[in-house]
Amino acid sequence: MSGPDVAVSAEDLRRTFEGPDGRIIAVDGISMTARANELTAIVGPDGAGKTTLMRMMAGLLKPDAGSLHVLGIDVAADPQSVQNRISYMPQRFGLYEDLSVQENLDLYADLHGVPQEDRKERFKRMLEMTDMARFTDRPAGKLSGGMKQKLGLACTLVRSPDLLLLDEPSVGVDPLSRRDLWKIVQQLIQQERLGVIVSTAYMDEAERCAQVFVMNKGKLLAEGAPDVLKRRAEGLTFTAMPCEGMPARALQARLIDAPDLVIDAVPAGGSVRFIRQPDAEQGRLDALLDNAPVEPRAEELEDAFMMFLRTEEGRAETTTAPRKEPETPVADTVTDDGKPVIVVRDLVRKFGDFTAVASTSFDVARGEIFGLLGPNGAGKTTTFRMLCGLLPATSGHLEVAGLNLRHARAEARGRIGYVSQKFALYGDLSVRENLEFFGGAYGLRGKALRERVSASLEQFSLDPAARSGILPAGYKQRLAMATGLLHRPEILFLDEPTSGIDPLARRAFWRTITALAGSGVTIIVTTHFMEEAEYCDRIAIQDAGEVLALGTPRQVREQAGDAGIDMNSAFIAIVEQGRTARERKDRAA
Amino acid sequence: MSGSGFSRRLIALTRKEARQMLRDRSNLIVGLLLPLVLILLFGYGLSFDVKDARVTVVMEDSSPTARNIVAGLQGSPYLAPSWTMSMAEAERMIRAGESDAILRVPPDFSRRLASGNARLQLLLNGVDSNTASVIEGYVGGAIALPMQQLADRTGDNPTETGSVVIVQRMWFNEAGESTWYLVPGLIVLVMTLIGAFLTSLLVAREWERGTLESLFVTPVRPLELVLAKLAPYVLIGGIDLIMCLLAAKYLFQVPMRGSLWVIVVSSLLYLMVSLALGLFISAATRNQFAASQVALLTSFMPAMMLSGFVFDLRNMPVLIQVISQILPATHFMGLIKTLFMAGDYWPDILRNCAILVLYTVVLIGLARRSLRKKLD
Repeated sequence: MSGPDVAVSAEDLRRTFEGPDGRIIAVDGISMTARANELTAIVGPDGAGKTTLMRMMAGLLKPDAGSLHVLGIDVAADPQSVQNRISYMPQRFGLYEDLSVQENLDLYADLHGVPQEDRKERFKRMLEMTDMARFTDRPAGKLSGGMKQKLGLACTLVRSPDLLLLDEPSVGVDPLSRRDLWKIVQQLIQQERLGVIVSTAYMDEAERCAQVFVMNKGKLLAEGAPDVLKRRAEGLTFTAMPCEGMPARALQARLIDAPDLVIDAVPAGGSVRFIRQPDAEQGRLDALLDNAPVEPRAEELEDAFMMFLRTEEGRAETTTAPRKEPETPVADTVTDDGKPVIVVRDLVRKFGDFTAVASTSFDVARGEIFGLLGPNGAGKTTTFRMLCGLLPATSGHLEVAGLNLRHARAEARGRIGYVSQKFALYGDLSVRENLEFFGGAYGLRGKALRERVSASLEQFSLDPAARSGILPAGYKQRLAMATGLLHRPEILFLDEPTSGIDPLARRAFWRTITALAGSGVTIIVTTHFMEEAEYCDRIAIQDAGEVLALGTPRQVREQAGDAGIDMNSAFIAIVEQGRTARERKDRAA
Repeated sequence: MSGSGFSRRLIALTRKEARQMLRDRSNLIVGLLLPLVLILLFGYGLSFDVKDARVTVVMEDSSPTARNIVAGLQGSPYLAPSWTMSMAEAERMIRAGESDAILRVPPDFSRRLASGNARLQLLLNGVDSNTASVIEGYVGGAIALPMQQLADRTGDNPTETGSVVIVQRMWFNEAGESTWYLVPGLIVLVMTLIGAFLTSLLVAREWERGTLESLFVTPVRPLELVLAKLAPYVLIGGIDLIMCLLAAKYLFQVPMRGSLWVIVVSSLLYLMVSLALGLFISAATRNQFAASQVALLTSFMPAMMLSGFVFDLRNMPVLIQVISQILPATHFMGLIKTLFMAGDYWPDILRNCAILVLYTVVLIGLARRSLRKKLD
């Protein structure tokens, strides 16, 4: 199985961990062969075992059973020989934040023994590729998230390895930095005939690879070239146009609620992309679509991937994604008076000399889903915190649920629910205890509290006795939502609610959100997944503290012009236009 | 290749550690400022000597003989007597904390003195038993002299009932100054502190920030990581040692009867033990909070309480004595005090230094083991 053309070969590889709630099987009998000088992708949802597999290849974890050869060397027996020839970029690359960009590069060059005469040229090239030549003296801790990731890649590549391992290099990185990272990787493959193994949750990234391995729950579901894998969805993929006046997400909700007819449905570009079940009765499907015009579309890797996952999950009730009609929780105080629930006028926030949010204005209507998008460091989080009353504004007018946040911050907070990015839950408490605590914090007690808690448990299909700390990410996210909604708020704030959650759980999450909006709850959400913007009624794109685009997803795509074929490209185009305009203005000034 | 690789990587890593140390101001505060504060605090603030002890003298016998006897109290720099006629008043003062002791001269004092069985009553405030016993000694000393003189004058032989007179001399710390034994002990505390508060965070921080994972997949060896992490802190420890020695000599005039070089070498040996212990704790816990708690509980607190710094180990229960013998700090504490006040005593120096070398080797070995390039 090994030879000069084989980068990695694994045979019945296994690895388990002792968790607090028993054994976790991270890698469960994987056999695979990745070819040298090629781009290989390992895709799979969160918790599939991708990172464990990568760490075993890097010689950082020993397999429990099976054999693993990297570059023809038995990794378990001689990890150092492998480490001398590979470069590995962990998911969270360990930059030394108090060292400068140059010092980080020097350190890794020294450790790898890159000769002084090669360094100058190599550093120059790395700094050019990452566009960081201007920042060599800046401490790594002061870089934005995307820049840190690029510097991590540069440190990994201070020398030319025989094999490059990248563990989810683009997780938590905005679309622009993601594109730049891939540009660097692809240049290197062409110029240095480098073998690369990359793990990712993004299908568009996997589509660029020569070979794709699909993993789920420690097992290999499928392998092959993207074109071959795609064929699984052949003839089943369609686009449906909703009728005039009907939001795409309403049609999407209807389709995804019929799992016996439809495998998957997502809103995209104002219409709904869906995959039908191969054995679905045409008549019933037509009835479900209710005369919405349907066109077939070319299948993509994403479609095949969703089919693999759905088959695996058995399309039945699972722990990660309950696909039942979510009951709509109704807010206590919802009365539609036609006035916007959130009014923002000329909002400014400065930290010292730095302007985090510059003169921002927008309104959000009742029952609307409003998306706040932007690259890392764009000012999203700052805007968000001001809206929640967690951070006072430097100047401007801010009204939430009819209350001015300058005067009635505490009162306004009682009307809003907040689910933070990290899901602020107490890991040592049970699900019920967490719910009771947060309910109590919002002033619920006695019978009212007990009733709300049991309603929440049922609504989000939660097990009251489970310990919160050891739940899977998708489950935790549901619990976090449940705690945020316990006091029946009028407005729900969600800060990157779907990062680190697998695609099935994300579908279920958005289904709940659209149902909530239908019942009159206003939703403000930030996200890194551009395709999720399609669920929103309106979105705002922020960069460097300024709002660059504001409107419905369709309007925003149109603003991007020709580039706006999908939300991801539209986003990149708008942010880049904004940046050139700003540079021009700076130069003029 | 491997030889030059070792030194090249070691230099690169040491440079990195030194930069990180210098850029984090809290390191310098804990490493340099805190020892300075400790020196001043322990040198000036903490002392077991009692000065100006407030003794209330109750004169129920106001005869000249009685006055003469207690007059000696006034001449002592350690005592600040006050006078009263009423025992009730004196009791009130001691309860109110206005007085530390009552010396009662009973009404029949002069009469009984004449018949050779006079009595004085000394009541001490035992809330602070250490101070109480010190005052007891002072008062006894202050009264002994006039008694002696009185005896000489009257011609009575005070040693009628027993003919032994004890002449006291304290060796090594002639004046019984507590700074003399506290300041050498401070060197132990300061060296322990650097390990407990600084190196105990180093590896754990790299685990928490995820930097170790990237470092592991390079040709780096565990021993290089350990040595590079120790190097900058040896420098900090060296500066602290110089501060301690200067303060001992010039601020507190503690005698340095042993050779300076032996003091320096043994202190640096103990510094290595302390740093290596901190590093091992850090690598084993992988968590900064846990590491600092464990380091505090296993090195700094015991060094303060169980090493013989203040409390005499022989008064402690056997189990505690066994524990104290396991502590490297105890061995160094005994050695450094001897070196300062008694001088070079080679069998003691060699034995204790050998113990410290053993600890250094074992702890560096353990730290290296716990930094094996594995994530599980």
